[in-house]
Amino acid sequence: MAERILDVKNLKIDFHTYAGDVKAIRDVSFHLDKGETLAIVGESGSGKSVTTKSLMGLLANNAEVTGGSIMFHDQDILKKSEKEMQNIRGKDIAMIFQDPMTSLDPTMRIGQQIAEPLIKHKHVNKKKAWAQALELMKLVGITDAEERIRNYPHQFSGGQRQRIVIAIALVCYPEILIADEPTTALDVTIQAQILELMKELQEKIDTSIIFITHDLGVVAGMADRVAVMYAGQIVEYGTVDEIFFNPQHPYTWGLLNSMPTLSSTKLEAIPGTPPDLLDPPKGDPFVARNPYAMKIDAEQRPPFFKVSETHYAATWLLHPDAPKVTPPDEIIRRRQTFKDIMAHEAI
Amino acid sequence: MRKYLLKRVFYMILTLFLVATITFFLMKLMPGTPYSNQQKMTAQQIQIMNEQYGLNKPMWMQYLIYLGGMLHGDLGVSFQFSNQPVSYLIASRIGASAQLGIQAMIFGVVLGIIIGSIAAVHRNTWIDTLCTVLSIIGKSVPNFVLAVLLQFYIALKLGWFPIADWGNFSYTVLPTIALGVGPLAETARFIRTGMVDVLNSDYIELAKAKGLSRYGIVYHHALRNSLIPLVTLIGPYTVALMTGSMVIENIFSIPGIGEQFVKSILTNDYPTIMGVTMLFSAGLVAIILITDIIYGMIDPRIRLSGSGD
Repeated sequence: MAERILDVKNLKIDFHTYAGDVKAIRDVSFHLDKGETLAIVGESGSGKSVTTKSLMGLLANNAEVTGGSIMFHDQDILKKSEKEMQNIRGKDIAMIFQDPMTSLDPTMRIGQQIAEPLIKHKHVNKKKAWAQALELMKLVGITDAEERIRNYPHQFSGGQRQRIVIAIALVCYPEILIADEPTTALDVTIQAQILELMKELQEKIDTSIIFITHDLGVVAGMADRVAVMYAGQIVEYGTVDEIFFNPQHPYTWGLLNSMPTLSSTKLEAIPGTPPDLLDPPKGDPFVARNPYAMKIDAEQRPPFFKVSETHYAATWLLHPDAPKVTPPDEIIRRRQTFKDIMAHEAI
Repeated sequence: MRKYLLKRVFYMILTLFLVATITFFLMKLMPGTPYSNQQKMTAQQIQIMNEQYGLNKPMWMQYLIYLGGMLHGDLGVSFQFSNQPVSYLIASRIGASAQLGIQAMIFGVVLGIIIGSIAAVHRNTWIDTLCTVLSIIGKSVPNFVLAVLLQFYIALKLGWFPIADWGNFSYTVLPTIALGVGPLAETARFIRTGMVDVLNSDYIELAKAKGLSRYGIVYHHALRNSLIPLVTLIGPYTVALMTGSMVIENIFSIPGIGEQFVKSILTNDYPTIMGVTMLFSAGLVAIILITDIIYGMIDPRIRLSGSGD
């Protein structure tokens, strides 16, 4: 079994606001093994970014972790002081941000921006750090790196800037790379290139990736495992095949159903909006938007039901006493494909 | 770049010409004459004096003569200050004012940046409130009040620095503080506002994610990006301080130019008014050009147009 480098258990995070406490993360658990890519999928406000910020110790001032633990190897990140976190950030855990147009300092040469984590964490001098920055620039595919290392961010295109942001994140060879919607702000044509680059670099420097996205299409090619988040909770997790072709939670069905496919003539949407987390529903948070909701969904939060060794889903539909429901056509089609995959693998 | 500078210099000269013209005619519109005891003078005496100073000529001719003189660096002769050439008058007096102005700006801006940064980093805490209150006090207390307080407590009671007069560096300390508190308060306010914005930006988040410390982030990333609005403010402020403050120069008996300028206006000392105004304007247009160049140095996105790339 692969080495487990990150283990998040029962994480709870509240945001204190004037309107009251927003319970943004409500009992989230997941883990990350060495070398794998975990995708956390969910719509805006589902808590995926908050979760990753807590891994970096970069939560906003009004956020408070009210429970749980984040074990990085054998140390609890939540118990670290700010000073200790500074030594982990950028060195052991690094992050790629959503918008490359705004995440680089407009007044600093990009060479220095890439070299900065090295100077901070590896205590190398400026010249050596720049030499390594140059290597990284070549690695992430910036052409004419020798000349461009002295340029400023505004002299690069969006795709190039995201390559530079990736170079900054990888310059200390971190064990965990958190990518928070790294392709959302990019052109579709550039998206594929950046994803390809990330996969390629993951192998080269042997890092684990937590990939945050709302775009399931991006997940398919990137992730080993997927966790689906909704209203501050993980509702289903499993391998990428299990989530895509054998989904169990009605929310996952909705997500997959709203993805365009070759055969779809119109785009489906999930009706309604996520619940107000100032006063979260006590049962399944998806109940109000769930066409398959049962009475118990409104009253009691479903536990995780085991689908396979790697696949769990928190929906009462998996309870042995639950009535059999017919998922959307698209999901039935996917499950057929899943059977084919399984049969194929069995051979 | 060279073409750009030439163009800018041309506009600077044009500006100065316009300032000279407008000031000249406005000045002539002021009531009264340069003679302080005109009622005791005979018509003939006035006639002689007018001829001596060229005041009997038509106004357009006086104007052309003045412009011609200015082109040769001749700013005329002061009516008021024992017939000294204005250029000499300015030269002998500008030193003290300029030194004081520059010292006050350095004192105010450096301290203001530090205080403003601290306030921004600790925004919405008591530290921020304290800094804000201090800068409001600094901005609203007139500098002569502060000057007198400094004289009384620091100079008279404690005896750390001389009360007044002009000599070595120790004489400049109290007037520098009195004069520098204004720019200090203003700088602190500007930096605080600018930096609060900058600290909320994505690249600061990235800098945090790199593991930089709080003050490392402020020093390496936030400060430079907060400086632009400040630079706009400092330029003209510096010129204003360098060309003298009548009140402070009076209180500390400093042989500066501020006092002279005010006196020259009260006494219709036309050449001195013109001379000091032109000096002030020249300083201002020069500092505006310098400011634009500094913009480019601080922020690479602001490159001077016509610089090639």
